[in-house]
This record gives sequence, C-alpha cells and structure tokens, in this order.
Amino acid sequence: MKIYLDHAATTAVDKEVIKAMLPYFDDKFGNASSLHQFGQEAKEALEKSRETVAKLINADPREIIFTSGGTESDNWAIKKIAFTNEDKGNHIITSRIEHHAVLESCEFLGKNGFKVTYLPVDRYGRVNPEDVKKAITKSTVLVTIMHANNEIGTIEPIEEIGKICKEKGVYFHTDAVQTVGKVPIDVKKMNVDLLSCSSHKLYGPKGVGFLYVKKGTKIAPMIHGGGHEFCLRSGTENIAGIAGFAKACELAQKNMEKWNSHEKKLRDKLVKGVLERIPESWLNGHPEKRLEGNANFCFKCIEGESLILHLDDKGVAASTGSACSTKELKPSHVLTAIGLSPVDAHGSLRLTLGKDSTEKEIDYVLGVLPGIVADLRKISPLWKGDR
Amino acid sequence: MYSEKVMEHFRNPHNLGEIKDADAIGKIGNPVCGDMMWVYIKVGKNKKGEEILEDIKVKTFGCVAAIATSSMITELAIGKTLEEAKKITRDNIARALEGLPAIKMHCSNLAADGLHKAIEEYEKRKTKV
Repeated sequence: MKIYLDHAATTAVDKEVIKAMLPYFDDKFGNASSLHQFGQEAKEALEKSRETVAKLINADPREIIFTSGGTESDNWAIKKIAFTNEDKGNHIITSRIEHHAVLESCEFLGKNGFKVTYLPVDRYGRVNPEDVKKAITKSTVLVTIMHANNEIGTIEPIEEIGKICKEKGVYFHTDAVQTVGKVPIDVKKMNVDLLSCSSHKLYGPKGVGFLYVKKGTKIAPMIHGGGHEFCLRSGTENIAGIAGFAKACELAQKNMEKWNSHEKKLRDKLVKGVLERIPESWLNGHPEKRLEGNANFCFKCIEGESLILHLDDKGVAASTGSACSTKELKPSHVLTAIGLSPVDAHGSLRLTLGKDSTEKEIDYVLGVLPGIVADLRKISPLWKGDR
Repeated sequence: MYSEKVMEHFRNPHNLGEIKDADAIGKIGNPVCGDMMWVYIKVGKNKKGEEILEDIKVKTFGCVAAIATSSMITELAIGKTLEEAKKITRDNIARALEGLPAIKMHCSNLAADGLHKAIEEYEKRKTKV
C-alpha cells in the first residue's frame, strides 16, 4: 500500500504533462534564441506556453517571466524590488507565517539596511488587512503576503490587502505557490504587482515556475546575460519544463472546480473521521477559508517525526511541523504564530490531498492513524491516559 | 537519514513504558525542545552482592532518534552494575545504533543523562534512608 498525502510538498507529473514535454527533449530540442527552424519551433512553444500560463491568472503574457520555481521567484521579487526602489524607502512588510523563501529573503534585507515588519496573524493564520494599512509608512516599498499558507492551508485576504497597497502606492507581492491552479486568481482584480508560482505543485515538472511582474513595475533583472525573458531573467529557456508547466496550467484551469470539490469531499471526511476517532486532537488553520486539499492536525503529547515515520511504515506519506523534522530543531514558525505552544506544535500532522486521492485511501488512513497515535501516547511521559 | 538499526529500535522499541514500583526515576529533557524522557529503574543485586540494574523502562516523548536511543540504553544497561551503567556514554549508544545523524546526537545525550540521573536519584534516596 502506497498512499501519497503530501501534495503540498510536491505532486506527481500528470501523464498528459509528460506527453507535452517529451518532444522538446529530442525532436524539438532547439534553443529558442536561434533564428533557424529548430530555434523557432522552440520559440513558438515558449510563447504559446506563456499565453496559457498567463490566462490562468488573467495576466498579459508579457507579464509572465519563467523562472526555476517558487523560491527563485520569491527571492527575485523581494530582494530586487527592495534594491531597485531603494530611493523611495527601505521598509518591507510581511507576515510571520510566510514560506522560508520569503522570510529568509526579508531577513537578508533586514541585515542589509532595510527595516522589516513581520505582521502577526490570528489563531486561524489570517493576516488582518487593517494591520497592513497601519504598518505602511512613507518609506514602505513592498508588502509581501502569501496567498495561502503551505502548512495550515489558510487563505489570506489578498484582494483587500492588494487594494490597500494600491491606494498607498506600495508594491504588493504574493507567494501563490500553493494556490495557482487551486484557487481562482485574477491579478488585476486582486491588485497584485508581483506573484510567485511553482509548477511542481500543480502536477507539472520540478525546476520551473514564474514570477508575474505587472507592466510598469520597476525591478532589476534576476539574472543578467543574453537578454532572455524580456531581459529580466537570462539563460537558455527550459522549453520542455515550460511546455509541461503550461500543460499543467491548462489542465488545472479546465479541472479546477472538479478537483476542488473532489478534494474537499475527501478532506472533510478525513477531518471528521480523525477528530471523532482520536481524543485530544484538533484541526489547525481556518475552518472554511482554507485550501480544499489541506488538513493539519495536532495530537496532544506526541511528536510529529515519530508519527510520520510510523505512517510511512504503513505506506502513508505525510508531513509535520515538528522541530525534529527540521534542521534548526525549532517547531514550525507557522504553528507558533497561530498561538500553539511549542509542545503542541511538535505534535502536528499535515495531510494534503490531490486530484488522484481516493476515498479508499482516506478510509485506510482513518484505520491506521488512531492506533499509531495511541501507541505513541502509551510511551509518552506527557500522556496521562485517555480522559 | 537513519541507520537500519535505529529504525529497527524505533519500530519495535524494547522496554518502553513504566515500572510501577520503580526504585528511582530520572526525568530529563524539555518538551518545548521536542524531547523528554523518564527513565525508570529497578535495582537488584548480582551474585557478588553488587547492585545491578535489574530492570529499566523508559517513557519517551520525542522523535525517531529519541525513541531508538531510549530503547538502546535499556539494552546496554539492563543487568549492568550501577558503576558500569554510569560509564555508558552517548557515544556508546550512538555506536550501538550504528550511528545517528549529527543533528540528533543530543537525543543520545538525553538517554545517557536520563539513566545517570535515575541512578543518582536512587543513590540519593538510599543515603537518606
């Protein structure tokens, strides 16, 4: 039995996506910068892909710059907006629950002459748009708030924050790695200036992503070189990856509602089943404003790494916000930001569903999980027995 | 990430639980940091009349390495005299487990310290009596 419930980490490349990629490895291997037919074939694929990807977020194709993925896009947006607009100010606003790609970029800026405000979130992980408004000063150049959180699945009020930033004339970036293809996105309606996306979260290949850069945005190139990607991100384009990414976007646009309702149905069953079967447990994140495929639990008195490796032994792939699963031995910054004690944060389990998850898989998890939790509690000095 | 031996002890930990009429308990660790151990010991005597660790049980809140080291320390220390048990180091435990990731070495520290603390508690209690 092999059950994959870690779709927020990465997804399997869809068969149709693989099919769309294959020609660009051999038959159509050209360099999109070459003038001959091989190059032009590649160029055509690149520009068609750009159109498909742009459509998914209602952007102009020229506003899509392909990158190596979400981390690069976040780094680029944050650091380069800051350095390019230094003449306007040196203040950045973000939240405490951002992905490390955002937080580390902000911390880097913090050590290089910038002031960074880390906004708190409520117990569901939501940023209050009023807090953003209050935090903006004359020297603020950028607000960066994620669209949905990768750990607890909470969806942020991006449209409201975007409106505030527009009124105040401050650049607004959102890390939408968890939402593109899952939550409808309209960059115009949401007043977003920059948006990061990664292909491998939506059944596309790894190593590809994009940064949406709104027309007129003042930003220095990510990589200097031969002038690729409108002189913003040089380097020979990864055509196979980009073609696959575009196919993944096309599939996501076509199937978004279907996949979402499928995942929501299974996720709701999973949450209900877990909370009924396991005492002293709860769901983290917002009850409604959350990604349909995300379930994040806490189980009192046990530690997450042990839990996920026992689940792995039973064939279930999951993840945790426990310190012991990370390098720095600190529990998840997201779980502590929503007010959990470090002890409780250690006992977290994230299960993220995908389009191909099945009811049988959920039933299986509901069958094995309570026993694993009970066994770990039995040997835990913190557990005082079922109350 | 983990050796086969670590996974073996994690999957089927030996002597995890508690001793109801333990002679002493060594409580160590901090759940805030993600691991905590309570080491229960039962002291008996060998044929020479020396005090030995007749039984050890451990209650552990923690990661795979914490559970495996808890199991391993009971393996290494049951039947040993108190003096021998005091000499068990974290390196002994890590070696017996065929290595631990560098970042998890503090777990083996915890297991050794927990056992030493239990013995200390026992000896303190004995001198009081």
